[in-house]
Amino acid sequence: MKDNAESYVTEDGRTIGPVVMEMKNITLRFGGVEAIKDISFDIREGEIRAIIGPNGAGKSSMLNVISGFYVPQEGEVWYRGAPRPAMKPFQVAQQGIARTFQNIALFEGMSVLDNVMTGRLTHMKTGMMAQTFWYGSAEREEIANREVAEKIIDFLEIQAIRKTPVSRLPYGLKKRVELARALAAEPSLLLLDEPMAGMNVEEKEDMSRFILSVNDEFGTTIALIEHDMGVVMDLSDRVVVMDYGKKIGDGTPHEVRNNQEVIDAYLGVAHD
Amino acid sequence: MNEQLAFTIEVFLNGLMAGVLYALVALGFVLIYKASGIFNYAQGVMALFAAMTLVGIQNGQVPFSHLINAIFGTDIHKFGWSVHSFLAIILTVFVMIALAWAVQRFVFRHLVGQEPIILFMATIGLAYFLEGVADLMWGSELKALDVCVAEGACLPQGMNTWLEATTYDALGYGFFIDNLDIVASIIAALLVVGLVMFAQYTKQGRAMRAVADDHQAALSVGVSLNFIWILVWSLAGFVALVAGIMWGAKSGVQFSLSLIALKALPVLMLGGFTSIPGAIVGGLIIGVGEKLFEFLIGAPFLGGATENWFAYMLALLFLVFRPQGLFGEKIIERV
Amino acid sequence: MFYREAGDFRTTYKEDQQTFPIKFDRYRYYLVLFLAIFVVPFIVNDYWVNSLLLPFLIYAIAALGLNILVGYCGQVSLGTGGFMAVGAYSCYKFMTGVDIWWGGELLFRLPEFNIFFSVIMGGIMTALVGVLFGLPSLRIKGFYLAVATLAAQFFLVWLFNRVAWFYNYSASGQISAPERDLFGVLITGPSTTPWAAYMFCLFFTIVSAYIARNLTRGAAGRKWMAIRDMDIAAEIIGVNPLRAKLTAFMVSSFFIGISGALFFAVYLGAVEVGEAFGIQKSFLVLFMVIIGGLGSIFGSFAGAAFLVLLPVVLKVVGVDLLGWPTDIVAHLQLVIVGALIIIFLIAEPHGIAQLWRVAKEKLRLWPFPH
Repeated sequence: MKDNAESYVTEDGRTIGPVVMEMKNITLRFGGVEAIKDISFDIREGEIRAIIGPNGAGKSSMLNVISGFYVPQEGEVWYRGAPRPAMKPFQVAQQGIARTFQNIALFEGMSVLDNVMTGRLTHMKTGMMAQTFWYGSAEREEIANREVAEKIIDFLEIQAIRKTPVSRLPYGLKKRVELARALAAEPSLLLLDEPMAGMNVEEKEDMSRFILSVNDEFGTTIALIEHDMGVVMDLSDRVVVMDYGKKIGDGTPHEVRNNQEVIDAYLGVAHD
Repeated sequence: MNEQLAFTIEVFLNGLMAGVLYALVALGFVLIYKASGIFNYAQGVMALFAAMTLVGIQNGQVPFSHLINAIFGTDIHKFGWSVHSFLAIILTVFVMIALAWAVQRFVFRHLVGQEPIILFMATIGLAYFLEGVADLMWGSELKALDVCVAEGACLPQGMNTWLEATTYDALGYGFFIDNLDIVASIIAALLVVGLVMFAQYTKQGRAMRAVADDHQAALSVGVSLNFIWILVWSLAGFVALVAGIMWGAKSGVQFSLSLIALKALPVLMLGGFTSIPGAIVGGLIIGVGEKLFEFLIGAPFLGGATENWFAYMLALLFLVFRPQGLFGEKIIERV
Repeated sequence: MFYREAGDFRTTYKEDQQTFPIKFDRYRYYLVLFLAIFVVPFIVNDYWVNSLLLPFLIYAIAALGLNILVGYCGQVSLGTGGFMAVGAYSCYKFMTGVDIWWGGELLFRLPEFNIFFSVIMGGIMTALVGVLFGLPSLRIKGFYLAVATLAAQFFLVWLFNRVAWFYNYSASGQISAPERDLFGVLITGPSTTPWAAYMFCLFFTIVSAYIARNLTRGAAGRKWMAIRDMDIAAEIIGVNPLRAKLTAFMVSSFFIGISGALFFAVYLGAVEVGEAFGIQKSFLVLFMVIIGGLGSIFGSFAGAAFLVLLPVVLKVVGVDLLGWPTDIVAHLQLVIVGALIIIFLIAEPHGIAQLWRVAKEKLRLWPFPH
């Protein structure tokens, strides 16, 4: 394994930076149920890191731990070389970690534009009083952030539905708007929880393209959960495999594919 | 025996009795909430409506007589007969079943799948509507309710004097408890046992619990949602009638009855919305708590009338520390 | 036809973000403002001001406030009456000079505030109380919170009833507004001219609407709406839920306090707390918000107008025209209001504001159907 602080270049010529986030011996329990058992792995700057595993393996719980929604009973989350203190989810978001959800969690009562603008909230600092009378910094800030939001909207090709209420959109577009909202935060680490669940092949291709170009153009580090093996193998630089809350494999797609334990978990194994 | 202590115990007992009545109203809330997820603000007004209907039928009043007189210039008020209490109760039960049907047919059938808070606001509208209808039907003046059960006439008269005498002999201090309260507690206890038995051991009861658990799953195994909901609203109507009789006999049938029923809300917050024992325990805690607080702290130090807000404040503070109520399960949030 | 939108392009984000992006709407809004400020004060009489305009303007402020809390932030409150009472009593105390006692001795007495600042103080004090009662909202959600706000309602009314300090130890237990003026024009007291009372309230209504609009279209409004639509997701994308909810409670209570102060000082003149600010008032304002339209500034005005007009119309039709007894008309009013609430929730959960929006969409395309 490479040194934590060192960058390296992959076989297909991508430069992967040093470790930004490291999970150290995370254990998460709900009552008596252990959702995550003593898992450690790291995420490096600029890479696409996939977490895979069968249903109920604890992948979403893992993402929830990263975004601060669940607090693990044991273990530490290290972020940028230091252990992260106990944090509320909104503080984690302010550190530059954005995410999407498995079951779309858009704000149904607002338009697409407003949803994307909520992604900018962590960057908007004007006080209540200025907003009250809409003078000076309040208006300037609103317009500056609108420009960023519009860039994201352009990037994801959703200009036409900018002012449409989110509740009227079909599933595939909602997923895209959710990605837009996460991107609007200009995160340094982007968490995607099954970004392609329930999509047809075309939509999956679109989404893969977006994920790759986000990683490429903005240099955003991405951690994603996905079920479609083909997509995972194509997109990701490294893969963590989970099963029943335990880590059973970690490495490049090629390594993972040839890991006996992983094959057993996915194909089943004869007990004798 | 210490005089102060004896007083306190008496206040405690009276609070217990008031608590039984709160619990009775709260029970109606729980029934509807369990089966349909509707937080029925109108439960109090339903009790008022039931009591007014009962009195109206007893006295042979012509429904909507004021309105009819106003429109047609007539002068009719009564049919000129009076109905026996028992028969009047039966008739009122039918009226409440009809009401249940109407509420289901005209209101909540159109609101299926809406957010709970929308449903809640709809029941506030329903409360206004029902109150207006009740006033139009029977007139809004204070009415005396005179039923055999409520008066305590069916129990051996002088039960409270007997109680007072016995406790005086035994403890050196005679406790005074209203006859009506004793009757109310007995009836409430019977009602609770009956409802629990119904929910546990009958086919309809099982269907009711199934609906409470998951509407769609219940629908898919062939339970008629419509029927269950009408059944539940009818049961709640019946409970409202009982509560209305009790409250009405105690303080007359008037608008404040529906406000007193507001007290059932903190009872529910304490006990949890889905738990029948919770409603009972919550009711008793609130009843005893507010009487004791008024007696020990409110009246001597705060200028009295703390019963107005004590229940709500208690529920508020309680919820801050235990949002799921006394008997609720811990909520695990998911995304 | 009505809207000539072609050629009405917005080329900057600033233009796109204004309140009335369409020219026609903008001019109509200016026209309404012009009429309200320069025409109405010269033609109104006592009856119009006291039975229609003042209640409309004052309830509109309360509805705006409640709408921010319920419609924008999704936190249902049944404590509006109690909060209005806080506004009224604070205004009264500041008008008459706040007296601070310690150990049975008068420590000092603040000078009497000008009526304008007394009303503002009414708003500020209510905002503080609102934040206090908003604190539990972090842990209590949905109708649990609605019931919890009843605690505010009943406790506050009880407090103003029982603690004589609040009504300056008057024998009747009532508070009544002494005569106060602004720039030499009487605003409160029995000999106030109708137009002065009207203009005073109109000022507060316009400013409130302006502030509400600015807050709801910017970052604060988006935070509130995010909390309303999905509080967990809002927290995960970086909204501090406690702060968002508390600011909503604060702003909402501020408006409600202003409206309570005006209701007491300018409209009624004398107030008995249980009667004027009871639980019925909480429901009345909530109904305005529901019927007018949750989450809409215009809806707050529409709802207030509707529920102020309804009893007047019913009285004119029922009592004056048909000669029915007043109590029957009052009961009929309950039935109608209750039925309307249910009908609106079933047919148009977004209230009159949505009907208006739909009508506008149709008008923009008229005479073509699509």
